[in-house]
Parts: sequence; C-alpha cells; structure tokens
Amino acid sequence: MSTYSYFPGCSLEKMALSYHQSAMQTTNAVGVEMKEIEDWNCCGATTYFHVDELLAYTLVARNLAMAEKAGHDLVAPCSACYKNTYFTSKYLKEDKDLSDHINYALEQDNLKYSGSIEVKHLMEVFVNDVGLEEIKERTTKPLAGLRVAPYYGCQIVRPKKDHEDVENPRFFEELVSSIGADPVDFAYRLRCCGGSLIITSREAALTLVRNLLQNAVDSDADVIATACPLCQTNLEVYQMQVNQEFDTNFSIPIMYFTQLMGIAMGLPKKKLGIGSEFISTDKILTYAKEPA
Amino acid sequence: MATRPTFSEEVANLMHSSHGNPLNTCIQCGTCSGTCPVAEFMDHTPRCLIGLINANQKEDVLDSNTYWFCASCFHCTVRCPSEIDISGLMYSLKRYSIWKHHYSDDAIGPVFSETFVKSILRSGRSYEPVLAPSYIFSYGVREFLNEAHTATNLMLKGRIPVIPPKLKRIENFKKMADRIIPMGGAK
Repeated sequence: MSTYSYFPGCSLEKMALSYHQSAMQTTNAVGVEMKEIEDWNCCGATTYFHVDELLAYTLVARNLAMAEKAGHDLVAPCSACYKNTYFTSKYLKEDKDLSDHINYALEQDNLKYSGSIEVKHLMEVFVNDVGLEEIKERTTKPLAGLRVAPYYGCQIVRPKKDHEDVENPRFFEELVSSIGADPVDFAYRLRCCGGSLIITSREAALTLVRNLLQNAVDSDADVIATACPLCQTNLEVYQMQVNQEFDTNFSIPIMYFTQLMGIAMGLPKKKLGIGSEFISTDKILTYAKEPA
Repeated sequence: MATRPTFSEEVANLMHSSHGNPLNTCIQCGTCSGTCPVAEFMDHTPRCLIGLINANQKEDVLDSNTYWFCASCFHCTVRCPSEIDISGLMYSLKRYSIWKHHYSDDAIGPVFSETFVKSILRSGRSYEPVLAPSYIFSYGVREFLNEAHTATNLMLKGRIPVIPPKLKRIENFKKMADRIIPMGGAK
C-alpha cells in the first residue's frame, strides 16, 4: 500500500468538507493511504504572498518539513495549496540561502526541511500513481451517459511545473472516461473562476462564474467536475447570486471529481459528503448503474 | 556618479522567487491582455501597465487598480513570449503598494490581505468569518443582504465553522514567524 502525507488545507475543514470526505473514501478504495499531517497550518492562499514573500515561504515550509519527517510525499487536494507548496519546495531545493534562512525559523518548531520529498495534487496521485486502468477496474457502477465538464481551473496546471501541457492538458478528461462518464468539450475548462475576487471584486468574479456556467451549459454538460475547493465554492455557492445579477436561470451541479469517482465505485453517497451541496445532485446519482 | 535604480528596475527586482523579472524584454505584444479574464475591469490592461512601468510612470502604476484585479490565474505568465512572470509582477506590485501604503482608496484588496495575514499569524489557519469585516462594509444594501443570505445557507449546510481553528503548537508557530519578521515578542 502506498502512503502519502496528506495536507487538506483550511477549506477542506468545513467549506469543502465533502471534498475531504470523498478524497478519503476514494483513496482508500484504491488502496492508497493518506496520513494527515499533524497540526498543519494555512498555505497562505494567494493573499499571504501579497504581503510578504519570505514569511509566506516559511509557513509553507513548516508543512513540507512535517511531511518529510513522516517520510512521505506531500499530497494536497486544493489547487492553491498544491501550487504554493510545490513552488516553495522547488525554491528551497534550488536556493541554499533561502533554505538556510527558513530552516533557521523552522528550528523554533523543532523542524527542518531538506527537500527530499515531492509535492503532488490529489488528482496526480490517481492519474499517475494509481493509474487509470486501476480506477477503471474499481469502477463497479460506471456513469454511462453522464456528460461531465472537466473544470481544471488555474493552479493545478499553472504556472508550468515541469513537463505538463499547460495549453491542452487531457488528464482530467481521461479520468472522467475511466469512470465510464463522457467528458464534454468544455472550451472554458482552463479559465479562472475568479478566486478571491469573489470577496474583493464581486462584479468581476460573478462575471467570470457566469461565463463558465454558460459555457458548460452550452456544452450540454449535466455536471461540472472540479479539483479545487475555491472553484467549487465560486461556481456553486455563488450560482444563485449570478442568477440574480444577470437574470439567468442556472442550476447545474458542481461536484468534486472524487465524489464522481466515489459514486462510480459504488461508495455510499453520505460518506462522499453528498447532501451538503446547494444544487441537487439527485439526477447525477441515477447514472451510477451496474453494467447490464 | 552613482545613479539610483529607476522605478522599472526596482519593480523588476521585487521578486525573490524568480530572481528578478525581465520586464525590460516586454515587446508590447498584448498576449497578456488578450488572455487576462478580468482585463475588461482594469483601468490599464496588463500590457499597458508593463509599458507604464518601463516608462517609469510610478504614480500611474501605483494608482492603477490593475494589480488588485489579478486573481493569480497565471494564464498570462505561461503565454508570455518574453517569459515575464506577469502574475508574479502583480504580486510584487501588491507588496510594493502595501509597503508604501500607496493604493487607491476603493481597493478592498490591501485591507483584505492584511486582515487575512493577521488572522493566520494569530491562529495558524484561515477562518472565513473573521475576514468579513474587511470587505462587508464596502457593500451596498442589496449586496449585504445577498451575502447574509449566502452565509445563512452555508451555515445551514454545515459549511461554516462555528469555532475558530487553532494550531496546537501555535506558540512555536509565532516564534517561527518572529525569526523572519522580528517582533521582539510583541503579540
């Protein structure tokens, strides 16, 4: 059984608890152990880097050091946590002065980061480490006929890490296919959901959300699948405000990819956190059927 | 005779992570502005802002709302033919404007960022309800009611924490931050 150090991030404690629950269930179902990093702290999101770059790296390094101490690669389900942690690890590995300075601060919590681990997004674990064949095998109730808009969002693919295709990634589509569903041609799949603009520039964020929802509806999607708690929140929780603001009538469910995987694997919906959403997913659940 | 760095040189060197950002290689092609999902809300497009920086128009740059509209989607960054990290540049400008305390009065970003950072340094984790005062007062009545409605729904669905989270080793965490920005033990 492969084991990872799991860094859930602040959103998954409450706002995106269903992402956490479905991540635990699905990783367990494919024989992967996620050991939560004890006493982890906030990654700084986008806002910390607005104020102080060095302090932002220090906070992230504390989580990295604890993951390394446990002896496993770090896995983050949130795209912002993933991006911040990935790049902090990279910079600390490349720059000895920076690493010395930050390790001097980490001493205060009896920690040290030497840069011996890798940082992965949860989806990478499924696609690259577990493998799509294995996921296909575990799929007992394929979601045949379900049209899924695979919404990558931003930070899972950008900035460029090393080898991945930033203009035309296909891994999310392949994952959707592996659970028997149909990935739709979703032109806006790499567009921004507005992120924290939902707080600081409401009009701009709602416009971006509206455009994304419209594009998904135009692609005849039954559901938008996300891999980030902020994307899910902006697209789902603010869908009502979009309807008020733009006189639209959207009612499209926004689900975590792990929830879709979970129902395709026949896991109980309650354990996948289904029921805490604003937009009913009842119709989506009816697609999960044992093959005739 | 010694010369001081220009504003554009200063801004180009504000980022540790990229060891300098090659702003002077900008060819003004506009790929960033064409890519940016929020360009229509900005007073200057990203291309224009880089032009202003390179022309050392410091006041115009700092007064601009452009960098506060950047949501860090990094779409411009991956497409720039001159390999300028444009999203990184926007971060640099946010930091610069907070240091200088120079930004337009209607920008919510600086207050939100500072409130967020203070709350993290206090408890180690983010707690949505403490962030509300940084922006809620800027809302009109309708927005306020919408927000209250959304918050109520989230609460009913159990998606807002009641008790603020806090690290177990919060004292160590604070001492750790103190080694980066010495506060002399001040809380």
